[in-house]
Amino acid sequence: MKILTKKSMCNLALVIVLLIVLVCIELFAPATSMWFSVLRKVFTFSLAAVSMNLLNGFTGLFSLGQAGFMLLGAYTYAVLTIPTDLRHTVFRNYGDSIFNFQLPLVIALICAGIVAAFFAYLIGLPVLRLKSDYLAIATLGFAEIARGLVQLQQFGPVTNGPDPINNFTAPKNILVYAAIAGVCILIIIMLIDSTYGRAFKAIRDDEIAAEAMGINLAHHKRLSFVTSSFFCGIAGAMLAMCNTSVSSVSFTSSMTYQILLVVVIGGIGSVSGSLIAAFIYYASSEWWLKFLDLETFTAAGTKIPLLGPGFRMVVFSVLIMIIVLFFRSGIMGTREIDVYGFFCKLAGKGKAKKAQEGGAN
Amino acid sequence: MEDKRSVLRVENVTMQFGGVVAVDNLSMEVFEHEIVALIGPNGAGKTTAFNAITGVYEPTNGAIYFNDNLVIENHPQGKMKKNYAGRNMGKYEKIIVKTPDQLTRLGMARTFQNIRLWKTMTVFENVLTAKHLRRTSNYFTAMFHLNAREEEKMRQDTLDLLKLVELDDVKDELATSLPYGKQRKLEIARALATNPSLLLLDEPAAGMNPQETVELAQFIHDVREKFNITILLIEHHMNLVMDISDRIYVIDFGKEIAEGTPAEIQSNQKVIDAYLGVSEDE
Repeated sequence: MKILTKKSMCNLALVIVLLIVLVCIELFAPATSMWFSVLRKVFTFSLAAVSMNLLNGFTGLFSLGQAGFMLLGAYTYAVLTIPTDLRHTVFRNYGDSIFNFQLPLVIALICAGIVAAFFAYLIGLPVLRLKSDYLAIATLGFAEIARGLVQLQQFGPVTNGPDPINNFTAPKNILVYAAIAGVCILIIIMLIDSTYGRAFKAIRDDEIAAEAMGINLAHHKRLSFVTSSFFCGIAGAMLAMCNTSVSSVSFTSSMTYQILLVVVIGGIGSVSGSLIAAFIYYASSEWWLKFLDLETFTAAGTKIPLLGPGFRMVVFSVLIMIIVLFFRSGIMGTREIDVYGFFCKLAGKGKAKKAQEGGAN
Repeated sequence: MEDKRSVLRVENVTMQFGGVVAVDNLSMEVFEHEIVALIGPNGAGKTTAFNAITGVYEPTNGAIYFNDNLVIENHPQGKMKKNYAGRNMGKYEKIIVKTPDQLTRLGMARTFQNIRLWKTMTVFENVLTAKHLRRTSNYFTAMFHLNAREEEKMRQDTLDLLKLVELDDVKDELATSLPYGKQRKLEIARALATNPSLLLLDEPAAGMNPQETVELAQFIHDVREKFNITILLIEHHMNLVMDISDRIYVIDFGKEIAEGTPAEIQSNQKVIDAYLGVSEDE
């Protein structure tokens, strides 16, 4: 099997170009630029969306527990990376944290993933017997329970109760976010491309046929669920870094719906679709459409009526409706970005034109 | 016949749903390298018997041996104990249940009455995915692509298989874009990819035109020779059944009414009354 085909070379080139752009932004953009906060969010939710896509798009399990697993990941990461000398100030209401060590970033990230995956395994034992909507409701329930549980006073020494956790390691450099998301997404892509990924797709396409072809449904569904939750946990940890503070109130089910929206807009079953959609979604909601919320905004000297707090969401929702109406199966459908194919098509069109002209002559 | 090795032995299998006995005390045996057909009028319980053999349903009573190993055994339990209307109550005591995927791993592969291909995959991927169950790599080695040699072998085997069944010219096309006859062929090829010793075909000629049926008969014959396997099929197309079967079991209302070679079945009065009828030109 050749790994370096023309197709993958072209895609690699695209990644390198994007990476160079990213480095330029990090080095040359002014410190106040919106690029930084937006890109941090984009990378975080790209990973969340791709991991949700692994489950919903590639295995056909409609789960809405993402916020719950992200919460577990975020708390694990935050609790494990507070510098030891700052612990008593963060956990002042509960004396001190029961952990008195600080882990390096990468290890804490992996721990975040493992904790989320562990809970996914436990939840998956009963819940994965359910199908479609029922599975969605059960996992949604889990996410809400998790959000309630971490606020309990009894868990104070671990989770700081209802108070937010802050002062933990939170890198600002967008390249760190890009690296974490990049590595995780690469692993997911490799998984989808492996024999297990094909088995997941078989389960999505036809469960009965998959079972008849010797694919153990329970085992494979669990694998997909746990893997997806592992990366969701890491995405949660990234969100904690983004916000520099973790509190359970931010992990509501509406966050799950945001991720779901990104997956749907990008195309259920397309990794590159999720990435594009994550960028469009967060860039427009956090930045490009922000001006709609300002009453003082003027265009060419005239004040535009209707503008005011909340109007952004109206416009934004309309945009989403348009996207969903005109791209029924999302921007990418189930396809992936294919730079080489794109250029081939362009060249092919040119050739066809020439051939036509030749025929006319 | 008797000196041949038994591949599948169905013993007193009864399937009862509520008060309905769909399969009543069915016993049959399939020997190595045979093509055996299971026929009967609509609603006779053929597909139910098929589903009991492949692990989709648990039989209410009875046992199934595959390659002389006991793979399925059950007896009436719970409410069914009181309502059981079949025979051989108390003969079977163990409860052995195997799921379809476990049976496929043991070497039993099947196709479906209404074609069930994986719709978003190409012809090649459909067959390649069916090879998943014979993997030796674990989740992590597969995830990080450390099983390149195995992956390569899987792909090569898939290509070879597609060549054998003459589908290699359409290997990159979407499975569902193929014409009906080729989809059937592909479904059989996908089942063959799991390296079965017994192939179960559920109405392979359903919806086919006469030309396609003739080709299918030839194809099933070739498959048995090339892959050296045993075939059990359900079929309505009498021409196909009489043409390719070594032996035929006829069931009606869940009960076996006859067993024998095609010639014997064609002249069996019970079968003619229940199913075949008298053809016009006779």
